[in-house]
Amino acid sequence: MHELPITESILKIVLKHAEGNSVQKVIAIHLKVGKLSDLEDDWIQRYFDYLSKGTIAEGAKLKIERTPVMMRCHACSASYEADIAGMGDLVCPVCGEKGGTILSGREYTVKEMEVL
Amino acid sequence: MEEIRLIEVKEEILSDNVKQAGEVRERLRKTKTMLLNLMSSPGSGKTSLILQTIEGLRGNLRLGVIEADIESTVDAKKVAARGIRVIQLRTGGFCHLDAGMVTRGIDAMDVSELDLVIIENVGNLVCPAEFDTGAHKNVMILSVPEGDDKPLKYPLMFSVCDLLLVNKIDYLSLSDFDMAALRKRVLALNPRILILEVSCKTGAGIKSWIDWLKAEVAAFKHLK
Repeated sequence: MHELPITESILKIVLKHAEGNSVQKVIAIHLKVGKLSDLEDDWIQRYFDYLSKGTIAEGAKLKIERTPVMMRCHACSASYEADIAGMGDLVCPVCGEKGGTILSGREYTVKEMEVL
Repeated sequence: MEEIRLIEVKEEILSDNVKQAGEVRERLRKTKTMLLNLMSSPGSGKTSLILQTIEGLRGNLRLGVIEADIESTVDAKKVAARGIRVIQLRTGGFCHLDAGMVTRGIDAMDVSELDLVIIENVGNLVCPAEFDTGAHKNVMILSVPEGDDKPLKYPLMFSVCDLLLVNKIDYLSLSDFDMAALRKRVLALNPRILILEVSCKTGAGIKSWIDWLKAEVAAFKHLK
């Protein structure tokens, strides 16, 4: 639902790095987004196409890698991947304790970009 | 043919917001003003809770309110009618508040004369959870009519909050809301969250919320 400000931020970061690397054209942008984030890939691309018009990033494809939600068990400290989408109870696969602390799954990173 | 190069970027997309949120927190730490971000779905009772809080803190703490709405100033008018300093931010279609908007809010009030500022975020369980507002404490409301399954649908919101207020407990007898199941689901996501049951309508449980607030503000003021 908040793809527009996120996309503005992505474009800003990309153009900043393009400037420092004498880039002529940005071909693709690799993003790392946690599975806890509610972003629609299609919308990010659509907003990006709109916002990037007339810049060297126009036409660049966004490639989004979704990183898993990792939990740390508060009983035995094992870390495990949580199935948030199909979520019933979150149960530690090692000791069976329910719940834990979320370690990752909220990432919002521009990882790298392919450029000419 | 030109060769495609790969440039490593490794930059946080929300880093601007994170930085600005840190500045808000630091600035308010200096004036000893605690900032509390209140989030929930539309209609779960944010404004009612704020009105109860104004009465509960009267004479104890100096309170200010930042109201965020996509449109309208209805909530701000209700708060201002109680003699409280209130700033209305219209997000103009945005689904959440970010640290930049909050900065404009606190610029517009004399925070050095306040002990506590409550942000009434846009009614939404999705987007506000993603954006750090610069608040020192995050609080959410879930009301009984919304159902006990919400932690399954909006896990991020439940995992970023320090306190969950379950509001409209006066509806419990009319509903199949399972409080034990809710507690279990919420604590599985966030073991350090505190859960309080309240009714802004009957006033049940409001005292424990006010006591929590007073204790948090007192602890905040003693932070170095």
